[in-house]
Amino acid sequence: MPVPTDLPHNPAMPDTAPVHESFTAGGFARHGLIVLGFNTFIGIALAIGRGGDWRIQMVYAQCIGLSIWALMDFGRMAFHPDPETGWPRGWRRAVLQLGAVLGGYLLGSTLGDALFGRPLLDMWRGSPRMLLSYLLMCLAVSAGISFYFHARNQDQLRLRQLAAAQRDIAEHRLKLLESQLEPHMLFNTLANLRVLIALDPPRAQQMLDQLIAFLRATLSGSRAALHPLSAEFARVADYLDLMKVRMGDRLQTELDLPAELGTQAVPPLLLQPLVENAIKHGLEPHVDGGRLVVSARRDGDALVLSVRDTGAGLSAAPADGTHFGLSQVRQRLATLHGEAASLSLQAATDADGGTLATVRLPWSSP
Amino acid sequence: MNATDMPATALIAEDEPLLAANLKAELQALWPDLRIVASVAHGEAAVQQALALRPQLLFLDIRMPGMSGLEAAQAIAEDWPDDGSPLPALVFVTAYDEYALQAFEQAAVDYVLKPVQPARLAQTCARVQAVLKQRTSAGGGAIDAALGQLRQLLGSGPPTAPPVAPLTVIQAAVGNAIHLVPVAEVVYFEAADKYVRVVTLEREYLVRTSLRELLPQIDLQRFWQVHRGTVVRSDAIATALRDEAGKITLTLRGHADRLAVSRLYANLFKPM
Repeated sequence: MPVPTDLPHNPAMPDTAPVHESFTAGGFARHGLIVLGFNTFIGIALAIGRGGDWRIQMVYAQCIGLSIWALMDFGRMAFHPDPETGWPRGWRRAVLQLGAVLGGYLLGSTLGDALFGRPLLDMWRGSPRMLLSYLLMCLAVSAGISFYFHARNQDQLRLRQLAAAQRDIAEHRLKLLESQLEPHMLFNTLANLRVLIALDPPRAQQMLDQLIAFLRATLSGSRAALHPLSAEFARVADYLDLMKVRMGDRLQTELDLPAELGTQAVPPLLLQPLVENAIKHGLEPHVDGGRLVVSARRDGDALVLSVRDTGAGLSAAPADGTHFGLSQVRQRLATLHGEAASLSLQAATDADGGTLATVRLPWSSP
Repeated sequence: MNATDMPATALIAEDEPLLAANLKAELQALWPDLRIVASVAHGEAAVQQALALRPQLLFLDIRMPGMSGLEAAQAIAEDWPDDGSPLPALVFVTAYDEYALQAFEQAAVDYVLKPVQPARLAQTCARVQAVLKQRTSAGGGAIDAALGQLRQLLGSGPPTAPPVAPLTVIQAAVGNAIHLVPVAEVVYFEAADKYVRVVTLEREYLVRTSLRELLPQIDLQRFWQVHRGTVVRSDAIATALRDEAGKITLTLRGHADRLAVSRLYANLFKPM
């Protein structure tokens, strides 16, 4: 069967088979049974309306109905069916339908004639009006049934798409949360906290408060659309304080937020993946550690946020990284501001080396 | 005074200062006789101090700056002097790494999870004490067991990096030119700090990558790792010579260099 190969890729449906499910033996059998049911009703209706032997009416109804169904259902394959619904579109569908009704009527009534030992093509001997009325009836019924099949397929397709989209959203949320609540960071922080409880209770309490603030921000971060830049810096400060307990002198930090920029609205935890990357890939692997500077400034119509470390540098960036953190920042910026916002990552140019991540956002006037 | 009466010695390698101090304190409470001879904050220092001080026991954090705990263990095992003194017993310390835990259990290597639970640490101490005691009575053979464990641990590979298609060409910068060196022509790769020396029959190149990053991209059926810093094409090896001390040296076909095989990989070379 000809399957178009250049279908637009639909990311919401990664697992759609190129052949529609109604083209399986089960799919055909289901359709056949439904048609059988309809035919029985039609046979009964004809027997009541025209009188005579009801069995003859029933056999003709089944023969004609099943012939039309067989031509239409199997004939779909030759008419470039839409891989998502399993049915051809536009004029192809009209040709298929008309052809199947005419052909099916001819085939089915001949089959009936043969079964009852009547001269073949007996129907031509009846009145043309009668023939036309039968044909129109068949056309109406078959159009109704095929419309029903088509609509059912479309419903299933929508349900599948909906389920896939929901699965994608859930997966993305989970991945985001996993990347933010990195187990290695969490367990090491808890290990330090456990030590501090015995060693320095006030400091342990302070560390616990910072962990709580960090967890709260992380878990609710994806829900709030925007928060003030001052809040963003406070969350970064909490995280860096936690890391300082762990890394000791190896981590020096500097947060530079000019007071007049504090009210600028930014997406919550936008900077978090950048700060985490700077520590995880820049400073943590570096034996001597280094300095991390997070700063904000205004540049004309833009708010510029930067995260800079003096660590291992970009060339040491992991080959195994998925860049999930960076792509997530880019995605959030694009959703909010389109082309007007950007994220760049480059080697720091001064003598201290390391990496510089810069976010540019449109300046929001109060 | 015989060896069993000497207090056991240990080295701690942990990059987080609070956790290092805590492990030391917990150990002193659980095993008062244990003498902590050094506490270091990264892998290189662990290797250096372990080789200098020769402790009987190593506590190695898995994730440390520079060299990981596993890499440090490998370097210590490879460079440990050949004077009959047993390799230190290994205990790995890790915060969270499901993959590694599985590997440790398979290789029967001891580990403790952070935060360190005193009860769990006590079990580990008891096991290590039994191992050390057995060693002093059993003498040789212990080193083979330790090497076997480490081999198994290293053989299970890093958890990251999905398998990629093996490299066929190495791009090496020489001045302004980029030379394309077919991997099939490479005789051996050798780690040189942050670079890798790529040696062919004609000449050698320096590429700016670490051997650690290069290894997953090399077909390890054709190329054999014979030392933590050396990977050699197996069909370029002419002979493997074993000296009186048991050290193996490789000679190559068509190339004058000789390569040392570390004791961790010595099991690659045995007659069929």
